[in-house]
Amino acid sequence: MTKTTYRDALRKALLDAMAEDENVILMGEEVGLYGGAYGVTKGLLDHFGANRVIDTPISEPGIVGAAIGAAMTGLRPVAEIMYVDFAGMVMDQLANQAAKSRYMFGGQIGVPMVLRTQGGTGRSAAAQHSQSLEAWMMHTPGLRLAMPATVSDAYHLLRDAMRQPDPVVFIEHKGLYTLKGEISPDPDAPWGQPAIRRDGRDLTIATYSRMLHETLTAAAALAPEVEVEVIDLRCLNPLDDTVLMESVRRTGRCLIVTEAVTTGSVASEIAARVTEQCFDWLEEPPLRLGGEDIPIPVSPALERASIPDAMLIEEVARWLVTREAPSWAA
Amino acid sequence: MTLANDAPLSRYRTMRRIRTFEERVGELFLKGESAGSMLHLSIGEEAVVGLTDHMKTGDTFTTHHRGHGIFLARGADPMRMLAEIAGREAGYCRGKGGSMHIADRGLGHLGANAIVGGGIPHIVGAGITARNTANQAISVAFFGDGAMSQGILYEAMNMAALWKLPVVFCCINNQYGMGTRVDRSAGKQAFPARAEAFGLNAVRADGADVETVHNDTQAVMEGARDGHPGFVEIDAYRFHGHARMDKSPYRTPEEEAAGRDRDPLIMARTTLDDEAALNTIDAEVTEEMDAAMAGAIAAPVPATDTMFQDVYDPTTPAPQPQRARLASVLEELN
Ligand SMILES: Cc1ncc(C[n+]2csc(CCOP(=O)(O)OP(=O)(O)O)c2C)c(N)n1
Ligand SMILES: [Mg+2]
Repeated sequence: MTKTTYRDALRKALLDAMAEDENVILMGEEVGLYGGAYGVTKGLLDHFGANRVIDTPISEPGIVGAAIGAAMTGLRPVAEIMYVDFAGMVMDQLANQAAKSRYMFGGQIGVPMVLRTQGGTGRSAAAQHSQSLEAWMMHTPGLRLAMPATVSDAYHLLRDAMRQPDPVVFIEHKGLYTLKGEISPDPDAPWGQPAIRRDGRDLTIATYSRMLHETLTAAAALAPEVEVEVIDLRCLNPLDDTVLMESVRRTGRCLIVTEAVTTGSVASEIAARVTEQCFDWLEEPPLRLGGEDIPIPVSPALERASIPDAMLIEEVARWLVTREAPSWAA
Repeated sequence: MTLANDAPLSRYRTMRRIRTFEERVGELFLKGESAGSMLHLSIGEEAVVGLTDHMKTGDTFTTHHRGHGIFLARGADPMRMLAEIAGREAGYCRGKGGSMHIADRGLGHLGANAIVGGGIPHIVGAGITARNTANQAISVAFFGDGAMSQGILYEAMNMAALWKLPVVFCCINNQYGMGTRVDRSAGKQAFPARAEAFGLNAVRADGADVETVHNDTQAVMEGARDGHPGFVEIDAYRFHGHARMDKSPYRTPEEEAAGRDRDPLIMARTTLDDEAALNTIDAEVTEEMDAAMAGAIAAPVPATDTMFQDVYDPTTPAPQPQRARLASVLEELN
């Protein structure tokens, strides 16, 4: 199998889906002529023409709203907002319209659309272009949410997202586009379910998106002293936690690693579920390791310090299992 | 020197300061000293100085992400701007905001914004303040042609007209929003007509000539001070790529050459026709910006714990650092 990138895997998913189904359309800022702000949609305009690859004005609520209308009437739109931060502008269309149509209208009108976007830190893009807003999507019944961490998932999760009968928010990570890997013939797990990325008996770490890679680095460094089981959640809403709970019952410990602001986060939700469902199996309380509760600062040094990295994950994991405190805790 | 009192020469100087400043921003990036690559140069848009020259101390403004030049024209210290762009503690926002979020309350800069259209409605509120406190100030929102597609602009213009606020909406039309030329984003390109439809005084000014901009915006700016809100479109050209990584593959070299021919600095030099005086200004500006650059690069990066400051007012508790939370949880277990 040949290696490709996260970016090209996403493009291949769009290309394959569009070739298969002429009802699939793309719309968003710079998706056509420019090829996407991060290059994901390069060449698709030439392939499929301007009726299916639609460059839009800078009108985010309009983009999402129009995608909703297209979905209601039979197309399969993949709308793009360039940064997840612009969710601040489109939350009405997303949360009040897309997420609620099926329910409010008694099941008559579904909105089978995908909203592609990207988030996260790593480019000194500052407070309005670096956020991790998945908790907003998770807090909204009616939305589905997928966040691929691997090249293979970039392909398979996007293909799966485009097959869903309901709106899917699909959040890529700006730091992963150049990640290299292979697209496996089959998805690593069925849509909606997590994948176990590493087996271990001492501690379960649940994570997703770019933090998977920091976690795997930490897990490799901890072995064989501490054997970490690493679970890539992949799909966060609805959250199928069966695999995760089984793992925590085996290991008795759970650390949740994310890049998002910790308070009110996906990590908080998982910690609550682990507490509820695994209480009797737990050696320690479930622990959240996330982004600091601050906006993302532009200064590269501050930006890096505001989110976890492999070293911090390693320190906290070791402490949780062996009680060896890191220097900053002394 | 008597030059300082000569308005056209002084406008040339400001434009030269903007151009040279932006060139230094480009160098900062190439040296690896900038915080990231999301740096949007306003080269080609310097004639905005014709409009900002109608502003006074006490006036407020907001800008888009391409706002370095506007802030320089309103009195910014280039060293503190470069320091901010480099993510240094000495910067205008202590290295928290960067190029796209420079602000200075003292100079009336209510903030540069990285959300297209995000800062526009703030001038409506500033206009209400001006009206209620009778402080004689106007407030100006600067934004690009791309923001002409944001609904919030129309909400703001309607409110400004409805309440007769002392505000001006200034669209710097550099013909592009990223790779999208304006004819690919607007159904009809009559931007002043849109503002007129809301009841604003509206004008389009030629951004190739700073003196034309100054003359043609005078009535709108003075009208705003009298409570008649206005709209100005400055017709310009974005000389460089959208941000530092963009090589503009979506436009032809011929188009770029024609766009760069409409250079407000060259136009001003031709009109002023005083080679010696202009060269002196250029040399002084180079020296000023070199010093600013050196100062910014030498400035220290912020200490890590400053990241918890400024989330809330300093008289209230800052967010708890994660390591402190983890330490208290884990110590509890021992
Ligand atoms: C709400 C929002 N949408 C999209 C973007 C991404 N983006 C940043 S600048 C830009 C183009 C803006 O064009 P214009 O308003 O003309 O300003 P210019 O860059 O030409 O100065 C876009 C699409 C953004 N920052 N904010
Ligand atoms: Mg523009």
